[in-house]
Amino acid sequence: MMDFRFNIIVEYAPFFLKGVLWTIGLSLIGILFGTILGLAIGLGKMVQNRLVRLPFDWYVHFFRGTPLFVQILLIHFGIMPMFTAQPNPLVSGAISLSLNAAAYIAEIFRAGIQSIDRGQMEAARSLGMTHVQAMRYIILPQAIKRMIPPLGNEFIVLIKDSSLAAIIAAPELMYWGRAMQGQYYRVWEPYLTVALIYLVLTLSLSKLLHRLERRYDA
Amino acid sequence: MIQVTNLKKSYGSLQVLKGIDVHIHEKEVVVVIGPSGSGKSTFLRCLNMLEDFDEGDIVVDGFYLKDPKTDLNKVREEVGMVFQRFNLFPHMTVLDNITLAPMKVRKWSKEKATEKAMQLLAKVGLQDKAHVYPDSLSGGQAQRVAIARALAMEPKVMLFDEPTSALDPEMVGEVLAVMKQLAKEGMTMVVVTHEMGFAREVGDRVLFMDGGVIVEEGTPQQIFDAPQHERTKSFLSKVL
Repeated sequence: MMDFRFNIIVEYAPFFLKGVLWTIGLSLIGILFGTILGLAIGLGKMVQNRLVRLPFDWYVHFFRGTPLFVQILLIHFGIMPMFTAQPNPLVSGAISLSLNAAAYIAEIFRAGIQSIDRGQMEAARSLGMTHVQAMRYIILPQAIKRMIPPLGNEFIVLIKDSSLAAIIAAPELMYWGRAMQGQYYRVWEPYLTVALIYLVLTLSLSKLLHRLERRYDA
Repeated sequence: MIQVTNLKKSYGSLQVLKGIDVHIHEKEVVVVIGPSGSGKSTFLRCLNMLEDFDEGDIVVDGFYLKDPKTDLNKVREEVGMVFQRFNLFPHMTVLDNITLAPMKVRKWSKEKATEKAMQLLAKVGLQDKAHVYPDSLSGGQAQRVAIARALAMEPKVMLFDEPTSALDPEMVGEVLAVMKQLAKEGMTMVVVTHEMGFAREVGDRVLFMDGGVIVEEGTPQQIFDAPQHERTKSFLSKVL
């Protein structure tokens, strides 16, 4: 710690930059597809029919109940080779993150919708609105407001979890941290730098979400 | 207007409606009274299928509710409902609460829906509240807005599910006054209530329900002044 070598950080700066772009990319893909898939699974979990609901329930059980680390390895070394001889670790990472986030987002979505008083749906239907209209104009606008804080939480977790893709050599931020450590046998320089960059990313996102929350409150 | 035949409904093993037969005529004000748990709210909620039923038939304005070909949304356009707990949409202004369904369901223009809404707000005495959100209204005001919201669809029938039960006593009068006015204008109304004064004064017919059946029905005079059944007498002796 005494002889903190800034020069090797400067030397690695281009790699960290490239890495952070991939980290942001992985996170954005995870957020986008995780949300879309999560909405679909959340809806599936709200179906009355138990048999229809079952696969959606088990999707959530599996992806919430097993470590993302294990999921990444299964997908990269097990699932992806069924489709391509040379799986791209970035693709595997993006898929793992999306599938994993979807399970959590499905629950956030379901809880948000079910937290809205039943009377709201009844009032909307009693006015002749279809189920879809009632959802769109009455239930979702209220539910989304309540979903923003837990969704924000999930997105922050997702940014941090994208670091696990380093284990399959996806060249995101953490990968370059490990590469730097391997090259120089130094601990503090690579990992403190990496930690600081993650912190900047997560703080920026939480600031953004806070603003969104306040705007919805007005 | 509404024909109910042998209506039965159970929640699991508990039968809450045990065969209801009633015919509600156009422009009639029918008041349903009875102890809690008698099935009167469930009965009312079956009339627009907010509650499904197991047996029997309900025909509203020519639509058989149980017919799979019946578009329930079309039926509900003609059947307004007012709830005990108002159920105003908290994320919309009073005006938007009222104009939403006419615009989205009846496909009215914004101008037409707004004009209608302002008329109705004037009618319930709340023109000045058009642009506030529901959480700033008192209970009585909220319920009057809810009535205006239901009326904006220009329904043929209005259902009231204990509309004054969640109100502070001093606000009951303003809501009943609006309902009285509505009855005078010839609206067909089915009202579940504990307000015996309203039942006596405004009702054309009173149904007394207990244990999932209509025990007795008749004019307010018949029910309140000369009840025939023991259960009616005992209920009235407790509430009057």
